[in-house]
Amino acid sequence: MSAADPLLRVEDLRVEFATEDGVVHAVDGITYQVQRGRTLGIVGESGSGKTVASMTTLGLTRGPRASISGRILFEGRDLVAMSDGELRAIRGNEIAMIFQDPLSALHPLYSVGFQLVEAVRAHRDVSKRAARERTVELLRLVGIPDPEGRVDDYPHEFSGGMRQRAMIAMALANEPKLLIADEPTTALDVTVQAQILDLMERLQRELGMAIVIITHDLGVVAEMADDIAVMYAGRIVETASAELLFAAPEHPYTWGLLKSIPTLTAPRDEQLVPIPGTPPSLIHRPSGCHFHPRCPYAQPDHSRIDPALEPVADEPTHHVACLLETPVRRRLWAELQAGRMPDEALAAAGRPGEAS
Amino acid sequence: MTRYIIRRLLWGVLLLILVSALTFVLFRVLPTADAATLRAGRVQNQKVIAALRHDLGLDKSLLTQFWDYMKAIFLHFDLGFSYQSSASVKSLIVNRLPATVSLVLGGAILWLVTGLTIGIVSARRPGTLLDRFSMGGALVFVSAPEYWLGLIVLYLFAADIGVWKIFPGSGSYVSLTSDPAKWFSSLILPWFVVAAGTAAIYARLMRSSLIETMDQDYIRTARAKGLSERRVVFRHGVRSAINPILTILGLDIGILLGSAILVETVFNIPGIGRLNYDAIQHADFPIVQGTVLLASFFVIVANIVVDIAYAYLDPRVRYS
Repeated sequence: MSAADPLLRVEDLRVEFATEDGVVHAVDGITYQVQRGRTLGIVGESGSGKTVASMTTLGLTRGPRASISGRILFEGRDLVAMSDGELRAIRGNEIAMIFQDPLSALHPLYSVGFQLVEAVRAHRDVSKRAARERTVELLRLVGIPDPEGRVDDYPHEFSGGMRQRAMIAMALANEPKLLIADEPTTALDVTVQAQILDLMERLQRELGMAIVIITHDLGVVAEMADDIAVMYAGRIVETASAELLFAAPEHPYTWGLLKSIPTLTAPRDEQLVPIPGTPPSLIHRPSGCHFHPRCPYAQPDHSRIDPALEPVADEPTHHVACLLETPVRRRLWAELQAGRMPDEALAAAGRPGEAS
Repeated sequence: MTRYIIRRLLWGVLLLILVSALTFVLFRVLPTADAATLRAGRVQNQKVIAALRHDLGLDKSLLTQFWDYMKAIFLHFDLGFSYQSSASVKSLIVNRLPATVSLVLGGAILWLVTGLTIGIVSARRPGTLLDRFSMGGALVFVSAPEYWLGLIVLYLFAADIGVWKIFPGSGSYVSLTSDPAKWFSSLILPWFVVAAGTAAIYARLMRSSLIETMDQDYIRTARAKGLSERRVVFRHGVRSAINPILTILGLDIGILLGSAILVETVFNIPGIGRLNYDAIQHADFPIVQGTVLLASFFVIVANIVVDIAYAYLDPRVRYS
């Protein structure tokens, strides 16, 4: 395997769950890759499949009701095809994960130290004493003050930020090559959020691990990510480098995400533009382009044609799944950037059918 | 913590006094029989009845009787004497206690082990045939009254009257100290009957508690750490799921120690429940009073023990 091969390559991953109401198409054929030491941000609303996709990487969605297809190649080994036992040897060892709410993600009846020692000893044949020393070292690494004194505290005796630090310490116990962070800052205070992101960046530099950060918060990916994949209704609808995605987003959904967050630099009278409607049901998905019911620019035939994720004409690394023509999209984005509302932008950009 | 325990104990004493007062009133206002008339012989004579009533202290006012009773307990730890046999109630209870404790503790071990095992197995495979079968079976045992189940197992398995003469039947109890092997075999059927209903409840509780626990985020974390499924289920899942069950275990043992009346009567085990049953039939107030007090004592102590144990089981619980 050459050094240019990605650390993680997900190919056409599909995850479906059989429920009493029907089949939930949680992840619907997504492809992405993560290079060593780099950070991929996966962005999307709740219910877009981003958490399921990342949990599937660790085999945490396996079960009698789940059907998983496609490939997840980690250093060339297919995690989807692995047995539970083989996958368990990778979990918490080469790939680690941290979760949204550190209070509920830590066992309330065991001390933080116990839970870290357990993580160390799950993959390393070391004495309890050595594991405990390693635990204290890990707690120090993630910036817990007085780690010797706090190691026997219970999760409820930690603050929210300290709990997430402890979760990160637990994830780092075996120096993973890949860290999956599922909404790591969502449950935290704003000031603590920045600290946790800084910590993750520092640890990434020191330990050289790759990070997949899953979030609905574009501010978080702007801070952290090298590359970004935007998910909608179980699919990736746009993917590009972070600079490109923020400078020249191509998908109307991405525009919606960008325009619905307040920024300090924008003129104060600029209106926020929320995305109308709610995320679609993953059981009964809209026909054609899944985003068309919420898309201000949708044309009649968009409810019939299902767009594929394809490279943008002049940017081969920038992929988008949208039925609008590239020039139309660019004019629309320019109008939105100028502060127009979607309907005004549509009028100003001309009918997509007339464009050329 | 110490302050908390002391406060709970003081409340417990007050509660025991209240329970005594209540039984006192209940058995004198609505007696099962007139204790003096019952003992006055075949040919009733008003003078004899009056003399008996005076001997038993029943001619004094209710308040005086209660005061005397309480004074004896607090000053001499004296529970009075049986009307029937004149034996001291305290010694009767002490004699009868080992049988009840044998029955209840053995039963508790049995229902705990079977209930939790079935609950865990069912929770790990919800909806399977095994799960449905054990939960259906549990429903049968929950619904079966103890006296009915007792008679059924005697009819089926008792060495004397059973269809299959396998286990010693009713009235075969001997004390542990006199013959351990016979003690054990004589209690097999009673243990089963005591445990069946409770084991079924525990199995259902454990099942739902564990299913709920296994959905928690910290179980996902445990899996993400790469722990074995066995460790995830037992160290992380069962450890949490078992807490509510240990809470009711204390109460169930406490309640049963004071009131295993049905099983002791069906199997003719000379325990506290049997003592109480006989005393009620003979209007033997001091014994009724003593056994009821003992039952309340067990329940109150069990409650306190459970609360204290909970602080150790769950580090988030602190009493002040």
